Amino acid sequence: MPPNKSKSVTSSAGSKKKGKKTESPAQGEKLGHPDDILPMVLTSATQELFGCRADEDVTGESPYKLLKKDDIIQDLKTRAAVSDFSPAKQIVLDYPEDELLLVFDRDFTYDQLFYLVLTPEAKDRILNPPQPETPEVCENEVNNKSGRSEPKPWISLGSEQEIDEESFKESREKLWYKFSRVRRKFGAPVCFSDRNTYMECVPFHDSRFRIKQMQRDCGMQAVPRMQSSSSQTQWKFKRNIFTQYTPRELSDGDKENIHQCENLKHFCNSVTPRVLQALQQEEIMNVFFDDWKALGTGDDADWSGKIFEGLMLYQAFTDQKYTKDKKISSINWHPTIYGVLAVALTEKKTEEVMDESSAFEVRESHIVFYSFSDPSNPQLLLECPDDIFAFEFCPSDPNIIVGGCVNGQVVLWDISAHVIHLQGTKPGKNASLNTDTFDLDDNKENKTPVVRYCAVSALESSHKAPITDVQWLPPTFEVTKLGLPVENKNNVSVQVVTCSPDCALMFWDVRVTKLLSQSGSDRKQNADQKTSYGVPETFKHLDRTWKPLFKVSLPKIDTGGEYAPLKFSLELYSCNANNTGRTKEEANENDDGSKVVPDYSQLRVPSAKTLATLEDVNTRLYIGTEDGEIIYTDWKLVKDDSGRQQSAKPLHCFRTHHWLVNTVQRSPFYKDIILTMGSWNFAIWKEGVMEGPIVTSPSSEQVCTAGCWSPSRPAVFFIGKDDGSIEVWNLLEKTGEPLQVHAHITDAKITCIKPWTASSKQHFLAVTDDLGMVRVLEIPKTLYAPSRSENLSVNKYFKLEEDRLKDFMKRDELWAKQKKEAEELKKKMDPVKPVKSLTENDEENMKEYNVHLEVEESVLKGLGLWTAPADTEDT
Amino acid sequence: MAEVEETLKRIQTQKGVQGIIIVNSEGIPVKTTLDNASTVQYAGLIHQLVMKARSTVRDIDPQNDLTFLRIRSKKNEIMIAPDKDYFLIVIQNPSD
Repeated sequence: MPPNKSKSVTSSAGSKKKGKKTESPAQGEKLGHPDDILPMVLTSATQELFGCRADEDVTGESPYKLLKKDDIIQDLKTRAAVSDFSPAKQIVLDYPEDELLLVFDRDFTYDQLFYLVLTPEAKDRILNPPQPETPEVCENEVNNKSGRSEPKPWISLGSEQEIDEESFKESREKLWYKFSRVRRKFGAPVCFSDRNTYMECVPFHDSRFRIKQMQRDCGMQAVPRMQSSSSQTQWKFKRNIFTQYTPRELSDGDKENIHQCENLKHFCNSVTPRVLQALQQEEIMNVFFDDWKALGTGDDADWSGKIFEGLMLYQAFTDQKYTKDKKISSINWHPTIYGVLAVALTEKKTEEVMDESSAFEVRESHIVFYSFSDPSNPQLLLECPDDIFAFEFCPSDPNIIVGGCVNGQVVLWDISAHVIHLQGTKPGKNASLNTDTFDLDDNKENKTPVVRYCAVSALESSHKAPITDVQWLPPTFEVTKLGLPVENKNNVSVQVVTCSPDCALMFWDVRVTKLLSQSGSDRKQNADQKTSYGVPETFKHLDRTWKPLFKVSLPKIDTGGEYAPLKFSLELYSCNANNTGRTKEEANENDDGSKVVPDYSQLRVPSAKTLATLEDVNTRLYIGTEDGEIIYTDWKLVKDDSGRQQSAKPLHCFRTHHWLVNTVQRSPFYKDIILTMGSWNFAIWKEGVMEGPIVTSPSSEQVCTAGCWSPSRPAVFFIGKDDGSIEVWNLLEKTGEPLQVHAHITDAKITCIKPWTASSKQHFLAVTDDLGMVRVLEIPKTLYAPSRSENLSVNKYFKLEEDRLKDFMKRDELWAKQKKEAEELKKKMDPVKPVKSLTENDEENMKEYNVHLEVEESVLKGLGLWTAPADTEDT
Repeated sequence: MAEVEETLKRIQTQKGVQGIIIVNSEGIPVKTTLDNASTVQYAGLIHQLVMKARSTVRDIDPQNDLTFLRIRSKKNEIMIAPDKDYFLIVIQNPSD
C-alpha cells in the first residue's frame, strides 16, 4: 500500500498536486511549495503551548510533531486572530482527522521555520515514506527546468491490472538455508555401501511429447533390387545319365560274331511264337476300333434342338422398278463380299422373237446387285447395252465383270469405284457417296448408283447369236492365238471364253494388244480424260474394237454342219511350278504378289514366243448344245489338210439329253467329273471315259432347268425344275431318285441355281426364277456337312459306275459280236435258206401260237385258274 | 545264321509287317530290314522304353518280368519282344 500511494503520489507529484484538488496544480507551481503544507511562523509561546519548541521538542532529525486538532481549534478560539494558526483556520476546521502534522523546517525550505501539513494524505506521506522525498526533490529540479517537453499526465486505463497479473512477485519471503558440515568430518574416510532397493527413474508419459508429427522430411534413394543367392542342391538319387551323339554301331565283324552265336538262335526261337501271335491278332481285328464313334456322322454334330432337314428361305430379293416383267437369266454371287449377289435381268420373250434382231425398242437392261443388308433395294446397277444372258466375276479381281449380250457382244464392267458402296451400308443413306458422281437429279434417298459398261466388243467380230455362256480362264495359264496354252506371267485371269449357238466358241483377251500400244501417246492423252459418264477407263483400249483371239468352231463328227453350243465347261488348271521353270519360292512370292490386283489397263499381251508352253493343260472342254448333245472337244487349232488352222473335230458326242442343255458343270471336288443337265434328265460324265456318261438319271416329269453341284459335299447336287421345285440329289444314298424334293420354291420356272459358302456354318443357295425374284435359301447342315469319308465313297461310286459302263460296253460289244457270229453261223449252217414268203411266215406263226395256247390252257387247268376263254382273246 | 534268317523271313511275310530290328542288350542294332537311319532311331528310342517298362514291371512285382510290349499308334503298331540278351522290334501296319 505504501508503494501504491507513493507511486500515485510520485506520478502526480510532478506537479506537486493532489488529484482531488484541481486548482492545486497551478497554485503549486506558483507558490513554490505544495499547497497541502502551509508554512507558518510559530511564536515561542505557541511553540511552548504545543510542545514544539524549536530545537528542543522538534529537531532536525525528528522534525514532525502531531498536533491535535482540538487543541488548534481551542487555540484559535482563545487567541482568535492572534493565533498563529489563523491563516489555516478554515483548513484546520475542515481537517478530517484528529491530528495535524507540524513539521519543523530547520532548513527553511519553505521560507518559514514550521509548516503545517494540511491534508492527511500529505501527513502520511511525509511521515512515513522516505522515498517520495527524493523524487520530489528530483521532480522539483525537473520542474524548475521549464521550457522542455512537458510530460503528460498518465491516465490509468486499467492496464496496471494486467501488469500486476503478469508480473512476477514473490509470494513469500525467500528461504535461506545454510548447510555446513561438521569440521571434524572433513577429510575423513568415507565408506560407500549398497542400498537394498535400487533407485530408478520411472519413465512417465510426458504429455509434451504427445504431439504427432504430421509431416516429416525424409530422404529416399532408389536402389535396384538385386539379390544374388546360391544354393546347393542335394544329389539324392545318384544316377548317371548320358546322351549319345552318334549312334553306336557294331562293326561288321562283331555282327558276324553275334550272328554265329548260339544265343541269337535261341533268342529268335523263343521270341518268334509270341511275335507271330501278336501279328496275327493284329491282322484279324483292330481291337482299338471305336464302333460307337464310327457310327457318328461328323465330328461336330450339332445336337442343339431342331435340325431342319430342308432348305429354308433365308431372304428374297426383288425390286419393283427393275425386275418388272423380267426374268433372270443368270445369277452370280460376289466372290469376296459377303451377302452380295448379282442377277442379270432379261426381257421375257418367246424364243421366236429372240432370233430376230430387228424391231427392238431401246430398253434398259441391267445387272442388279443385291445385298443381304437391304433386300428390297438394289445396291448397284450395271448398265448393259442389251440383255445379258451370262456374266461372270473375274476370279482374280472381283471388280471386273464380263458379260455376254443377247446380240452376241461381250461387255466388260469395272465396278472398283463402287465396291465400297457394295461393302458398306444401304444405298442412299450416305449422301456423301453421291457427291463424287455427277448427279443432276439430286435424290438423296434411294439413288442406286449405275455403272456403265467399260467396253464392248466389236459388233462385227462378236457372236452372231446370243452369248449363252461366259467363263474366265483361270489365272494359271493363258492361251495364244493358236490356242496353245502358255504360262501366265501376270497370274491373273486375263482371258475370257464365250460360247453361243452360232456354233462358235471364242477366246477373248482383255489386255491391250501390241498394235494398240504403239499409239501410246494417243492412249495417254485419252487415258487422262474420263468419259462423260464417269466410266473408269480400265478397258478403254478395248471399247468397240475388241476382237477375239481366236474362234473355235464345232464341226459335227459324222455329218456336216456344226454344233450349237449352249454351255461349256473347261478344266481349271492349277499352276504347277515345275513346269514354268520357276523355283517354288519364286512362285510363292508371285502368289503373294498377285494378291495385289494388277491394273488391267496396264496389262499387255506378251509376245507368244516369250512364254513357255504348258504341256499339261487340259485343253479339252465339254460342251452342251442346243440339241441335247454333249460334246467333248479340244480347242487347240490344228492344221487340216489344206494347211489352214482349223478346229479339231470333237472327240465324242453323245445325245444324252433331248433338248437344250442348260448346265455343264465340273464337280468342285473332282477335276474329271462333269454334271450335265438338260431337258428331262441329267448325266454325269467322267473325263476320259469316251463311252458315254457314267451315270444317267431316269427321266423326270418336269424339265430340268438349272442345276449345280453342292460346293461342300461331293455327292450332292441340286436341280431346279420347270414347276418351281428344287430337287436335292445325293448320289450315295439314292441314285434313281432325288433325296429331297422341295416343291413350290417359286411359282415360276427356276432359271438359275447357284450355291455359295458364306462361312463354315452358312451355306446359301440362290434360286432365281422367271418372275425376276431371287430367293436365297439356307442349306441345312445335313446337306452341307459331308458325311464320313464322303470323298472316298463318292470316288468309289464313280469308279464303280465307270467300271460298270466299261463293262457294259464290253458286254455290248461282246453281245454284238456274238450276235454277229450267231448270225454268220446260222447263215453258214443254212446257206441257202429260202426266204419264206410272208404268208408262210404267218402260218408258221399261227401254228406256234396255237401250240402256245394249248400249253397255256393245260398249265392253267393244272393250277385251277382256267377260265373259259372269250371269243376274242383280249386280256 | 540260317535259322535266324528263316525266322525273320517267317515274320516278314506276315501281312502288314513293315520292318524288323534285332537289338542287343546295349541298344545296338544287330540285324535289321530297314534302312540305317530308321534302324538306329528305333533302336535307340525303343531300347530306353523297354528298359523303363521292364523296370516298372519289376518294381511293382519283383517276381514279374516284361514279356511283350505293344505300342499302338495312329499309323502303325510297334511290337517289342524282350529277352535276356536281345530284343526284337517289329513294325506292322494294321489292316485297317
